[in-house]
Amino acid sequence: MTPIMLMSAVLSAPESGDPSFSIGRMMAIIVGAIFINNFVLSRFLGICPFLGVSKQLDSAVGMGAAVIFVMVLATLGSWLIYHNVLVPNEMVYLRTITFIIIIASLVQLVEMILQKFSPALYDALGIYLPLITTNCAILGVAVLNIDDKLSLGYSLINSVAAGIGFTLALVLMAGLRERMETSNVPASLKGLPIAFLIAGAMSIAFLGFAGLGG
Amino acid sequence: MSLAQEFTKGIVKENPIFRQALGMCPFLAVTSSVENALGMGAAATFVLVCSNFLVSLLRKVIPASVRIPSYIVIIAAFVTIVDLLMNAYLPALHKSLGIFIPLIVVNCIILGRAEGFANKNKVISSLFDGIGMGLGFTLAMVVMATFREILGNGSWLGFNLLGEAYQNQPLLIAILAPGAFILMGFILGFFNIMEKRNRGGAR
Repeated sequence: MTPIMLMSAVLSAPESGDPSFSIGRMMAIIVGAIFINNFVLSRFLGICPFLGVSKQLDSAVGMGAAVIFVMVLATLGSWLIYHNVLVPNEMVYLRTITFIIIIASLVQLVEMILQKFSPALYDALGIYLPLITTNCAILGVAVLNIDDKLSLGYSLINSVAAGIGFTLALVLMAGLRERMETSNVPASLKGLPIAFLIAGAMSIAFLGFAGLGG
Repeated sequence: MSLAQEFTKGIVKENPIFRQALGMCPFLAVTSSVENALGMGAAATFVLVCSNFLVSLLRKVIPASVRIPSYIVIIAAFVTIVDLLMNAYLPALHKSLGIFIPLIVVNCIILGRAEGFANKNKVISSLFDGIGMGLGFTLAMVVMATFREILGNGSWLGFNLLGEAYQNQPLLIAILAPGAFILMGFILGFFNIMEKRNRGGAR
């Protein structure tokens, strides 16, 4: 089996109702999640870390990496459990509870594994991991994948793209805020208010992607 | 602190949105119309009051080491109840709030009150704290939604305020995503000015 056939088999899982794998659909999901429906700037998911961790470029990159990592794992775990445990047993109403437990325990697990096997990575991502449980972007992407009836493969692509979109917004914001440190901001707008105004300006820019991909 | 104080502190002095900047995601996302803001406020207040009640009731039973996961499960249970009730009785509102109903679980206000207040205080004061914080959250959302709906659609709670001519060419950006960020920036800036003025007057 060639890699492309394997990919196509995963992407068109029978549960999903997706006709078949197509590059066009994949590109639409990727561009959609990164630019058109950017998680932070147009869906308003993950605003707290976006405002809290965007003061420095280094920490923004660290947080972004941690979010992408956990997002993919959470999507994998929640998709498999939803379609293999909840749906066959008709317990779909337990979705919210199940997903939040999956995410909380995944974060704990990742933290412990990293601490044991990769102390360097743990030092880099460690302080951001506990914050991620209450990051609504993670639960958001897990729920959106189910709501949009995506297959496992598309869900994983969607979660990677959503994580990249989040990181992009965070890194851009951090760059802008580092520049703002030296500029002359009106006293009453210092801190959070100016951060919101910058986010608004960025959001206008991202609105320009709306026509992309139809 | 008296019960009345527990109740009012959430509305003005410790307003979760304008004072503590908690729960920003639903606040920015659902304030594009007053109706959505009221719906979200009601749902969040219900979950907040119920979770405060149960957490306070169980505060001596839950071991400290597993308290956060327990709170999250309690909150998620009430969110599921709200989700199902809204889907059954208010399907249109449920649809327009969409993903933000399940996301009440990760609203920092609710976990913050469970951890910061309900697990240390009696059931009655936790209930009043929950109602006050919930109303403060709702009030903040309604204020924001009022600005956004009037500017962006010329109406308030669906009533046409500014007439046909405005509605044909409204300031559309106010109900789009950037409007939420920009208006929030100006509102917080306004609060900073007021605070400075108050402090100046006291001196």
